Order: sequence, then structure tokens, then C-alpha cells
Amino acid sequence: MPAERGATVEFRDVTKRYVDQIAVDGLSLTVPAGKICILVGPSGSGKTTSLKMVNRLIEPTSGAILIDGHDVLKEEPTQLRRRIGYVIQQVGLFPHQTIDENVATVPRLLGWTKQRIDARVTELFSLVGLDPGRYARRYPAQLSGGERQRAGVARALAAEPPVMLMDEPFGAVDPIVRERLQSELLRIQRDQGTTVLFVTHDIDEAIRLGDRVAVMRGGKLVQYAPPGELLAHPADDFVAQFVGSDRGLKRLGLLTVGGADLDATVDRASVDRNAPVLAPSTTLRDALVRLLASESQIGVVVGGDRYLGVLTLATIGKMIRSDS
Amino acid sequence: MTEGEPLVRWDWVAGHLDEIAQRLLEHVELAAIAVGVGFVIAFGLALLIVRRPRLESPITFVTGTLYTIPSLALFVLLIPYTGLSVLTAEIGLVSYTLLILIRNIVGGIRGVPADVLEAATGMGYTPRQRLWRVEMPLALAVIIAGVRVATISTIGLVTVTALIGQGGFGYFILIGIQRFFSTELIVGAVCSVMLAIGADGLLVLLQHRLTPWTRPA
Amino acid sequence: MSLFVDTLRWFVDPAHYQGSDAIQTRIFEHVELSALAMLLAAAIALPIGLYLGHTGRLAFVAVNVANIGRALPSLALLAFALPLAFALGLGLGFWPTLIALVPLAIPPMLTNAYVGARAVDRDVIESARGMGMGEFEILRRIEIPLALPLVLAGMRTSAVNVVATATLGALVAGGGLGRYIVDGLGLQEYDRLFAGALLVALLAILVEVAFGTFERRATSPGLRTAAATF
Repeated sequence: MPAERGATVEFRDVTKRYVDQIAVDGLSLTVPAGKICILVGPSGSGKTTSLKMVNRLIEPTSGAILIDGHDVLKEEPTQLRRRIGYVIQQVGLFPHQTIDENVATVPRLLGWTKQRIDARVTELFSLVGLDPGRYARRYPAQLSGGERQRAGVARALAAEPPVMLMDEPFGAVDPIVRERLQSELLRIQRDQGTTVLFVTHDIDEAIRLGDRVAVMRGGKLVQYAPPGELLAHPADDFVAQFVGSDRGLKRLGLLTVGGADLDATVDRASVDRNAPVLAPSTTLRDALVRLLASESQIGVVVGGDRYLGVLTLATIGKMIRSDS
Repeated sequence: MTEGEPLVRWDWVAGHLDEIAQRLLEHVELAAIAVGVGFVIAFGLALLIVRRPRLESPITFVTGTLYTIPSLALFVLLIPYTGLSVLTAEIGLVSYTLLILIRNIVGGIRGVPADVLEAATGMGYTPRQRLWRVEMPLALAVIIAGVRVATISTIGLVTVTALIGQGGFGYFILIGIQRFFSTELIVGAVCSVMLAIGADGLLVLLQHRLTPWTRPA
Repeated sequence: MSLFVDTLRWFVDPAHYQGSDAIQTRIFEHVELSALAMLLAAAIALPIGLYLGHTGRLAFVAVNVANIGRALPSLALLAFALPLAFALGLGLGFWPTLIALVPLAIPPMLTNAYVGARAVDRDVIESARGMGMGEFEILRRIEIPLALPLVLAGMRTSAVNVVATATLGALVAGGGLGRYIVDGLGLQEYDRLFAGALLVALLAILVEVAFGTFERRATSPGLRTAAATF
């Protein structure tokens, strides 16, 4: 699948005002093509309103939203929405239609031929990890929560949209299923190259999935940065509190042993034989746990068959203190 | 309904106030007895259903069939047994209230939230205490809603009993049709509708009184 | 017991299958009048109910129409329809009865169509809109199929009411099975009276059962399994 299929999404000074309150206040941000942008914040921060203005389920009071430079307000809403994938927490599968009928919704609205729809639907089933033989003719009520959410993602991706909007899609599934769906979303997104705008109130989900994270509060954008930078340099106390007092630890979860300043001058033979052996792809967070649990508090880093050096607690400490 | 005659002749109305009052009394009596007796029977059957859910389908089938049979046909089918009497009218009218009342009483009791029931049991209510002190009061709004529907329908149906010699305001309608006299016809119809609306209003008031917790804060 | 024998004898008498008062003619008249009234009422009630349910407007009216309908007794409707039909020069019998039946049939269908369309999960509607369905498509592809069981239940209630009330048409010189009842009462011919009542009761039950069966058939299996599976 071509990775260049994603489109750039740009908010230009977007405001949504209701009679007695401002839901979104002068939001400006750009999501680069093919990236995942997470909108995160407490309830009432304006993140869902911002998302729904992209496909015009909510109309902005002022400002402009551009997809690949085209103003969404200049397009016919239904035509616009058929080119934007949309997934919500409750999934909203049509209960009277089978899963394959549900997945085929937008291609049918677009008037694709039957062969093309069938081929695409089969492709989507395997993309989201559902066995078409088992699930195609079932009804939504016969699926588990996780399966329903997969079907919802398949339906949103059906017409190969350059942009997909996701509103707390994994909010209603249990933690284990949620984690699996998150990794599959990352795989699917890389595979399809779709630009994703994703709303959540869960900061861990934001850090895990986001290429960039937009933290919102009271309708305003407080900080817009890659997750590592958000954790390293929270823009203010609110962001710092929101990302949590364990942000140092969270940041270690984003960094790998391979990226740390390893000490290759130490002779491997001189290191305790029981010291943990780490791969360069291990996160520093996991490495820290293993170091703390070992007696020597030192780790041997081996990439392939090659010895790369040792990792010490002091090195990890330096990483926490350092700027990203 | 002859040419040039007004739809309602007020002088006729003024001259028949006594009779209108008498028909009102008759109408109210027929309807009240029907809803009262219907409620007692429905209440018993509903409790039976709540205790033995297996009885629900047979009871619903019988009362549903009674409800489906057109009122006039039911009255007529009773004539060989009870004649052109008040009893015939009441049996028919009571039959029509059963389905609606049972459905609402059972629905009301079953609609009580499970956590409330669990809390009541957990605090040591016996099943009987729980029924009367927790389930009934909470079911009351739905039950009264059923009584409202049954009352409105019954007041309307009473007019049909005019065909078997009863009828309250239905008597005016029937005579009006037979004599081609629109005043009597319209007086009968309007009075019957107004009675239904009035009775419904009274029941709404009653419900407000009995279930103060359902009122908006 | 002799009434049963008399009624049975009435049914097997070949004379009752001939002429304008033949059983099959009366049944046909009854069904024809009821079907026409249902058709007219559905044409009025369903579009209005579904549209109001789609937009969510006039909720108070749509829900209370059913209660207002119940307060209007069938005999009163006939009473109002008679002078109206007369004023319009439509005469007796068929037309005043039809005029009485249509408003009788509207409320259950309108209210159920409203509630059915309104009760569709808001998330389902939102995702349909989010995927680019127009308002008419949402109504046609989502709301109507999902409202169908309730719409059909409303039609069943209306149809049973209409069949029952069409009997009263005989009071204003109409045809149909009510003829036997009204004439039987008037002439004190109890076999005819009883036969008429039986026929009307059977027809009403038949309509109820037929609509009930159709309702179950027409409900999407996705909605039927919803309760059964989880």
C-alpha cells in the first residue's frame, strides 16, 4: 500500500462557540500526512469538538480546516465524509446489517462495482484480523466488543480514506484487548499510510500511539509535540500534571537501549556473569527494571552477536536528565 | 341534518340538561365499575405472573384474544348468556381492561432496578415486605399509566354499549344517528371525549400525589 | 344450546351465500373498507411519524397523538363523520364510515413510527452521518429498517381497530359484517346476530395473527439475535 496516501490536516485559528461557552478557542495545528496525531485532554477540553469539525459533524464558528490545502467548509458535507474514515467508541455498527454489509457501507455510497466492493471487503477483513469466513455473515450483536471495534475500523478504512478520525475508539474494551487493538492500529496505519486524528483522555494511550500529541484544556491547545518532548519538557504545570509525576519513567518507555550512551570501554569478561543481557531494541524502562532486579545493577548490551557495551543505572539517570 | 338546520341546536341542549346529567352518571358508573373490577382481576393475575413467569404466555394469550375481539362482537356473543343487561356490558368492558392493566402492572414491578432490589434484600426485607414497600411504590407510576390508558379506552367503549341497551353518552350518539339529529349526536360524542380527558387529568393528579419522587426537582 | 344449532344452520343455509347480503359479499365489503382506510391512514401517518422521528421535532405531539386517539371513541368518530359526510354530499354508508376509520387508524401508526425512528441508537446515526450518508439515506437505510418492527406493530393495532370499528358502519347504512349484527339486533334474529359477531371476531383475530406473523418475518435477523446471543 502506498504510504503517500495520507493527507495533511491543518486547523487554522479554529473556534467553536456555543451560546454560553467556547468549546474550541483559536485552535491552530498541522498534522503532517501519514502521521498519527493524538488529541488528549480532560473532558470538556474541546478535543472531540475539534475532531468532529474535520468531517463537519460540528461546524466551526470561525477559522478554517484544510485537508491537503482544501477547505472542508467549501465541500459538500456528505461527499467530504465519504473520504474521511470515522470510528467512535460505541462503534455504531448498523445492527440490522451483517458485518460485511457494514464494512461495505461507504464503497456502496460511492457506487463501487460489486466485484470491487467484495474484493476490498475481503482485504479489509484480513487487514483488521477478522476471519471473513467466520465473521462476514454475522450481525454486530453476535460479536465481542473487541471484534466489533475491529469491524468498525475496517468499515472506516473501506474506501481508502486519506484521513481517519477516531473518537476514543478503544475506550470501552478491556485493557488486554485494548493493548492488542492499539498495536494493530499502529500496524494498519503504517501499512495504509493514513493520516489519523485520534481523541483520547488516556495519556498512556496518547504516548503509545502518537507521532504527535496535542494537549488541550478549556478549548485551547496547550502543547503540541512528539510524545518524547511532551514528557521531557511539559509546557506548563497543567501538562506536567496531566502527563503524570512518573513522566520520567514514561519517557524511558519511549527510549531504547541502543540510543543510550553505552560504555564500550568496559571489558565484557570483567562484568558479572549473572548480569542481564539486553538487546538494543529493549526500552530503557524495561532495562531499568532488569538492572534494578539484578545484583550487579549493570547490563550487557548485545546486538546480534556483537557486544556493544554496558548499560549502568548512571547512564539511565543521565538519559532522564538530558533533553530529548 | 336537514338543510338549513344548525349543527348544534343549543335550545335542545338547554332543555335536556337533566338527561345529560343522568347519562353522565350512567357513563361514569359503567366505566368506573369496569376499571375497578378490571384492576382487581388484573392485579391478581399480574402478581401470579410475577411469581410464576410460566403463566405469562397463557394469560397474555387469553387476555390478548379478548382484547382483539371487536367490542360489539363480544357484547353480542355474551347476549345468549347474560342478555341485554348491565352485566353483559360490564363483562365486555372488564375484558378490555385486562391486557393493558396486566402488562403495566407486570412491567412496573419488573422495571424496578435490580440494585434497589438487592439493597432491599440485603437490608433484610422479606419477599413480602419487599413487594409492598419497595416494588409496589416504585412500580406505581407505570401502573397508573396503565390505569390511565384503560380508563380512557373504557370511557370510549362505554358508548358502544348503547347498542345493547346501556351506553351513557353513547345513547345520545345512537339516537342521534337513528333520528338523523346532529345535535344529539355531537352532544354525545363531545361529552364522552370530555369525560375521558377529565378522568385522565384526575389520574395524572393522583399520580403526582402518590409518586412525588417522579416530579422534576 | 339451541342458539349454536341455529347459528350453525344459518351458516349452512345456501340462501346466505346469494345476493347482496351474501356472507362472502359482506366479508369482501368489510375487508375492502378496512383496507382502504388502512391505506389512506398509513399514507398520512407513516411519513409524518418517520419524519418527526428523524428530526426529533414535535415530540410532544407525536407521542400524545396516541392518547388523544384513544380518547376518541369509535362511535364518537362515526358521530362526527356522519354530519361531515352529509355536508360534503357523500351520503350514507361507505363514506362516513371511511371518514371515521382513517383518523382512528392514524394515531397508533404515527406514534409507533415516531418512536421507532427516534429510538434508533444515536451512535448508529452519528456513524452513518460521519460516513457520508445524507439525511434521506439515513432515514431509508438505517432508521426505517430499524423502526420496522415497531411500525408494523402500530399497523397491527390500527388494523385490528379498523376491522372492529368497520362493524359500526352498518349503523349508518353501510355494508360489511356489521350488517348482520345491526340487522340481527333490530329484527331480533339471534342466529344472524350471533353469526355476524362470530365472523367479525374471527376476522379481527385473523388480522392480528397475520400481522403478527409478518412482523416476525420482517424483523432483521440482526435485531432478533441481539437479545438471544449475549
